[in-house]
Amino acid sequence: MTILEATNPVDTAETAAKDTIKMKEADLNEAATESDHKTVGDCFVENPKFSVRDANVYYGDKQAVFDVSLDIGENEVIAMIGPSGCGKSTFLRCLNRMNDTIDICRVEGKIELDGMDIYDSRLDVVPLRARVGMVFQKPNPFPKSIYDNVAYGPKIHGLVSRRVDLDEIVETSLRRAGLWDEVKDRLNQPGTGLSGGQQQRLCIARTIAVSPEVILMDEPCSALDPIATARIEELIAELSENFTICIVTHSMQQAARVSKRTAYFHMGKLMEVNETQKVFTNPDHELTEAYITGRFG
Amino acid sequence: MSSTLLLALMFVGFITIYKLGRSRSLALATNVGGARYLNSLPFYYGMITVLWAAIPALILLGLWYAFDDAVIQAIVVQHLPAEIREAGNTEIGLVLNKVRLIIDNQFLGEPPEYMTVAAAEINKLTTLSSNLLAALIFLLMSVSASVGYFRIHPQMKARLFVENWFKLALLICSMIAIFTTLGIVLSVLLESIKFFRSVPITEFLFGLEWSPQNAMRADQVVGSSSFGAIPLFAGTLLIAFISMLIAVPVGLMSAIYLADYAPTKVRSTVKPLLEILAGIPTVVYGFFAALTVAPMIRDLAIGMGLDNYMTVTSESALAVGLIMGVMIVPFVSSLSDDVINAVPQSLRDGALALGATKSEVVKQVVIPAALPGIVGGFLLAVSRAIGETMIVVMAAGLAANLTANPLDAVTTVTVQIVTLLTGDQEFDSPKTLAAFALGLMLFVVTLALNYIALHVVKKYREQYE
Ligand SMILES: Nc1ncnc2c1ncn2[C@@H]1O[C@H](COP(=O)(O)OP(=O)(O)O)[C@@H](O)[C@H]1O
Ligand SMILES: [Mg+2]
Repeated sequence: MTILEATNPVDTAETAAKDTIKMKEADLNEAATESDHKTVGDCFVENPKFSVRDANVYYGDKQAVFDVSLDIGENEVIAMIGPSGCGKSTFLRCLNRMNDTIDICRVEGKIELDGMDIYDSRLDVVPLRARVGMVFQKPNPFPKSIYDNVAYGPKIHGLVSRRVDLDEIVETSLRRAGLWDEVKDRLNQPGTGLSGGQQQRLCIARTIAVSPEVILMDEPCSALDPIATARIEELIAELSENFTICIVTHSMQQAARVSKRTAYFHMGKLMEVNETQKVFTNPDHELTEAYITGRFG
Repeated sequence: MSSTLLLALMFVGFITIYKLGRSRSLALATNVGGARYLNSLPFYYGMITVLWAAIPALILLGLWYAFDDAVIQAIVVQHLPAEIREAGNTEIGLVLNKVRLIIDNQFLGEPPEYMTVAAAEINKLTTLSSNLLAALIFLLMSVSASVGYFRIHPQMKARLFVENWFKLALLICSMIAIFTTLGIVLSVLLESIKFFRSVPITEFLFGLEWSPQNAMRADQVVGSSSFGAIPLFAGTLLIAFISMLIAVPVGLMSAIYLADYAPTKVRSTVKPLLEILAGIPTVVYGFFAALTVAPMIRDLAIGMGLDNYMTVTSESALAVGLIMGVMIVPFVSSLSDDVINAVPQSLRDGALALGATKSEVVKQVVIPAALPGIVGGFLLAVSRAIGETMIVVMAAGLAANLTANPLDAVTTVTVQIVTLLTGDQEFDSPKTLAAFALGLMLFVVTLALNYIALHVVKKYREQYE
């Protein structure tokens, strides 16, 4: 367990304390690898937007997500936290079937969006992805103009036929992403010329331009400076009035600030789901506690 | 001493000198507190001593080899009988050639006395020269190596010195390519200027008729020749155009398939196959074009009754263009495949996550992002098509027809260069010189194309780095 080793105190004066912590870590380790684990807390909600049951994800022979069951409510912001490599991104990418792009990836279990099985073999992923948008870790604007970046989604889905309507969608999306004032005079310049934070807001604008119901965000602020991060967090708060948002984050403060519920993942297993308030003050699972108190991660 | 032996001995000398220099630096280092108080690593002290020994020795060697034959010859000439010396340079040259034959034991019959003497003298002098050289080299090497050896001290900036010399060596190597190009361009340019003295440049550039006549001897009349290059360039462009018509769509589509659609298994078999296709010698494509495709096209055209409206020959631009296109497909597809693969996966993911279909992603995101690189690849392919000779020689013929009819025989610039320069001709005749003028034109055209292509490709690279 390299994750645990990294947290060993180095001070020799604390040898005794170190021993007890080590014992505790061994216990935690065991708890994490226990085969018949059960997620603690409230996994389920009334009238869920997404309902995931017993999801298992494999990359080739290697399993990355184990028996995850979780509901995500309408217009709620749910944060997913956990150490690196614990399967947060993998789980998130199941929700809009982005894992389809990886040849060796296989998803089992049942994932329903408004009661519709999204892994049904007859389902077309194109309308699914229009309903479930995604913002990536690294801003990835297209090498096109700012205008075309935002207009791309509405165009391919044929949402508008007249140029004025398209202009309006572009403007409202950029306004909602809090970018309009900064770019309104240079809509024809390349999106790749913006700063990192602006690029990420452009990607958010691009996503909301197709009016999705759910927005998945995979560590959207990890490549940004604190000011740009604060800007995006405000934006998430505003967007949560109209969208269901699942956000993966490495920052516990961020999870605490933006989300209503928090899910803690550990080595591919969902350990605990609870109200954010509770997770960060009085978690039910000892691994959650170990993580939020900074003993590993 | 033979020169191989000399070089081998010098090499052994260098190794010894290296060891000496290195151990001296280490010995000196113990006085100042160990090897880490040396200015540079011991390796550099060894190398600096070698450089001290090698540079004068190599300069001497070079000069010696450049001049020793001339000196020996001058001495031998001095000792030839007076009547030969006075008979002039041509006579002396003839005698010297015969003397060389004697040395090589290939003289037929009984040589005159003075020649045998001269041969013996040359042999003697050559041996003397090489022994003298060896002695001088080793003397020089020991002197300069000792100077270097005793100059070593712990504060010496050995690394800087050695690195500067290595930088110089690298520079010289890169200069070789530049000077070779320059030399080729200059010689082509000079011969072309000679050509333009006898044929006006306007006639060459804008003339519509190409029929160079043979001038076997200098006194032959060449009045009936005409050197208008337009039919050649038209033929070249026609063939290049037809081949690009095949190569661009097929190559691009196969690149798109390989990069974005093919399963890993298919990709890993098809890619090497394409590369094998690129390795087939063009002469093989050539006889395929000449023996199979060209007659087929003619029969087809005649079958369709096209011969009532236009010339249909068994050597056609169409056959050559088709086969050349197939030949260029792997070139286009491998270049495009590289640039398409260089488009970051994150862009594809971004579009897919918006609900774009695979073909929308390819058409609207991947291709536009890769376009500059793809265009650069096309331009390189065009210059390949223009430069290709063998297929055209074999399947399109030599007739310089000015035509846009793809079923007719045409010829290209490169093919004409080949035909102009093969066979026995007076070297200074306009016909031969015309080849250089054509070469110059071709060089300018492909250079311009390559320049544009590289420029475009570079611009594309900047976009993602
Ligand atoms: N494309 C992939 N191919 C193979 N294994 C992968 C791939 N992506 C992720 N994994 C593996 O799945 C596990 C979970 O990864 P991920 O979901 O990216 O974790 P997180 O986002 O929580 O850091 C890791 O062990 C990782 O090595
Ligand atoms: Mg991740």
